[in-house]
Amino acid sequence: MNRPTHAGLAPLRHVLANGATLIATRSAATPAVSFNVSLRAGVLHEPDDQPGLAHLLSQTIDCGTARRTADQIAEDLDGRGVALAVAMNRHNLTLACTCLAEDAGDLLDLIVDIVRRPVFPRERVDRRRQEIVTALGQDLDNPAIQAVQTLLGMLYGERHAYGRRPKGTIADVLRLGRDQLAAFHGRRVTPAGLTLVMAGDMEPARAIGMAGRLLEDWPGEPGPDVALPPVEAARDRRRRVVPMMNKAQADVAYGFSTIRRSDPVYYAFWIMNTVLGQYGLGGRLGDHIRERKGMAYYVYSSFDPAMIEGPLLVRAGVDAANVDRTIAAIDEEVTALARDGVSDTELADTKRFLSLSMPRLLETNAGIATFLQTAEAFGLGMDYDVRLPSLLESVTRGDVHAAAARLNPARASIAIAGPYSAGTT
Amino acid sequence: MCSVVNLRDPLIGVPGRRDPGLYNVRMSAPTTGAPAIRRATLGNGLTVLVRELRTAPLASVWCWYRVGSKDEGPGLTGASHFVEHMNFKGSTNIPRDQMKGLVERFGGTWNGYTWVDQTAYFETASRDALDRMLFIEAERMGHCLYAPEDCEAERTVIISELKGGENDPDQLLEIELTAAAFKAHPYGHPTIGWLSDVQTMSRDDLYDHYRRYYTPNNAALVVVGDVDADDVCRRAEHHFGALAPVAAPPRTRTVEPAPLGERRVTVEREGTTAYVKLGWHAPAVDDPTFVPMLVLDAVLTGAKGLNVWSSFRGTPPQRRSRLYQALVERGLASAVSGALISTEQPFLYTISITVNEGVDAADAERAATVAIDQVPANGLEDHEVERARRQLAARFVFENESVTDIAHQIGLFETVSTVETFMAMPARLAAVTRADVEAVARERLAPARRTVGRFTPLPSSGVSAGAAP
Repeated sequence: MNRPTHAGLAPLRHVLANGATLIATRSAATPAVSFNVSLRAGVLHEPDDQPGLAHLLSQTIDCGTARRTADQIAEDLDGRGVALAVAMNRHNLTLACTCLAEDAGDLLDLIVDIVRRPVFPRERVDRRRQEIVTALGQDLDNPAIQAVQTLLGMLYGERHAYGRRPKGTIADVLRLGRDQLAAFHGRRVTPAGLTLVMAGDMEPARAIGMAGRLLEDWPGEPGPDVALPPVEAARDRRRRVVPMMNKAQADVAYGFSTIRRSDPVYYAFWIMNTVLGQYGLGGRLGDHIRERKGMAYYVYSSFDPAMIEGPLLVRAGVDAANVDRTIAAIDEEVTALARDGVSDTELADTKRFLSLSMPRLLETNAGIATFLQTAEAFGLGMDYDVRLPSLLESVTRGDVHAAAARLNPARASIAIAGPYSAGTT
Repeated sequence: MCSVVNLRDPLIGVPGRRDPGLYNVRMSAPTTGAPAIRRATLGNGLTVLVRELRTAPLASVWCWYRVGSKDEGPGLTGASHFVEHMNFKGSTNIPRDQMKGLVERFGGTWNGYTWVDQTAYFETASRDALDRMLFIEAERMGHCLYAPEDCEAERTVIISELKGGENDPDQLLEIELTAAAFKAHPYGHPTIGWLSDVQTMSRDDLYDHYRRYYTPNNAALVVVGDVDADDVCRRAEHHFGALAPVAAPPRTRTVEPAPLGERRVTVEREGTTAYVKLGWHAPAVDDPTFVPMLVLDAVLTGAKGLNVWSSFRGTPPQRRSRLYQALVERGLASAVSGALISTEQPFLYTISITVNEGVDAADAERAATVAIDQVPANGLEDHEVERARRQLAARFVFENESVTDIAHQIGLFETVSTVETFMAMPARLAAVTRADVEAVARERLAPARRTVGRFTPLPSSGVSAGAAP
């Protein structure tokens, strides 16, 4: 077991012989422990003919195990006041919860059982599938979801793991059942693809010891790596409208594919995005579109680099009459940032903001667990919390300007969902 | 000068305790020891509450005002919320263009919100920003500008917020249900206001509302984090001490009459999904039946806890709850939730149901009402009540983990009741019996007292355009 050699979170990290990675750190602020399990079973791992399978897995993995019925699992969680959140994204399936420290051992045993031995009872799978069908209907009636999903489809292609709808379509979901779930679980949910982070009022060596005993006899080969198709950056400006004339307001999603998380310019991009659409109340975009023009209650940008070139998205909710003006304002801010970069003051303020935000982001057990899970996923090291301020500090104005220069409104993709008639900008 | 009272944390002095926040699941009896919350009152009436908590080098500053949508009359609905927005638009000593970055330079975050009883503002940042955060809140209390052009720009922002809410059928139904449930009390109108009022209230209407309610004797300043309580009191006196008190504004005297029978409201709009909501008048937070009602909600839909700022955002532990079993486990609904919120006066207890595709909303409503009516008719099992109490005790710990959350809870309870009510919650929870819960179910959840709302989705030619079926 590696011993901590630095200040900060100083987690213990241990890899079992079967490849499972265990990370633990102590925080005694409250008598509680947060668990965060990540498994390489996301959208990109779905068979081509089974879209929606990873999402269905996230909704059914806790429906019973070889050792516990669904009702027993529910009782074990409810009786301790614990809500187990199971979610998925393009790359991973995650299970996360917070429990009282006195319940941590029992909860760990339960979570490992759910991960290792789900049985996918047919009746419960059918019921969860019906709930997904209802959720898909809700998504179709939600302008924000429609705008973002349409934009991601434009950036990455409708069949690409980054571009397709993670829940699949109703037709996709209705084709899926327990047999596909069991096969997918067997292929993708393996110890070598598992990272378990434990943060809270629990001695780290003891936590890792307990987890190790629960996981060490789990055999399994790592699931094969899946190569994602290369991302072709947009060569021209594209726009798509999803008419939803029953709605009161339109949602605008505007964006680009950008960089990989491993790209050395990541920190410059992060600072650039913070200036554009995060700092204060939505960065420069918020100043312009909300504060000066009063056009939107929310406008911001988000930046989600991943294993491939992740998206930078600008989001705004506006009256249909203001859609074109809002898009013009976004163009204006992106153009100015690409042309002039950021000021010395903006650079210094943003670096300071991001660095000094760390104690706040790492104040809760769940926040720590999420941070360490991300550090492990991208190979950032267990001392990433300590190194991060100097990584940010090393970014120059020129670096940020170079990152901004990669954003070109002439190559933006734009999706509009809401009570808006198609036009051109 | 400050008058100071030290409140005792029920857990101070418990052996082995590191600092578990305000609550611990064991709900220990009060003991003596160091003060947990310092209460001070400035000469102008401002209440100052300080909690020293050295788990992170942070401080959270919240300023609470006893004004919310219940303090608004016809024509001015939404004024409290509009004023909240205007109070981020600069002050005499903080020009609008210099507000950005004041807290961010210390790694901070800030925000505000308005609800039926209260308006609150906060900053959480490095402890080094304490003085700056107090300065911001003092400026907000005494010196906001209300430039006419800012009012007009913010009006369209608020209309955007209002219309964004209308995009969500569940929110639409919530507004209609609440309006139907209250025919007399101002809790009936939406906090954001009716559209025509937001469109027409003037700059002077807003400024009058601000000056009437943003006074030191109508506010509570809460500071939690890596601070020294004596130092906070001194700084509060420095920043707020010169602000003059104002005569207390008149408050609503209206008591909502008991319903004479079931009320129903229907929203019909283009959409894809049906929703059902059930509402009953609920006990206020000071009512002895509030905590039994909280346990009843946990039995019916799973425990959320008491922190509307953080705890109501995720799904609670609920799969063994009666309504999850009756609706979701039977395939009638994809989701069910309950909401009991700590309010000064009797508000609403609501249950919200997302009806599954292909299911008649009437069937889902019937299954819910049958399950609910069984509680007063047949009572509860001991193990259900015990599970609900354990859930709530755990949620009280989880929802008081950060300095921001703890400060929120102290301020919320001081505004709608007193912070002592908050401190007493674990003991009140521990004392709840099955009979208490059954009694509150009989008293509150009678069919003749409920308001039922349904959202009926109408077919649309536009909804699915451009979207994958």
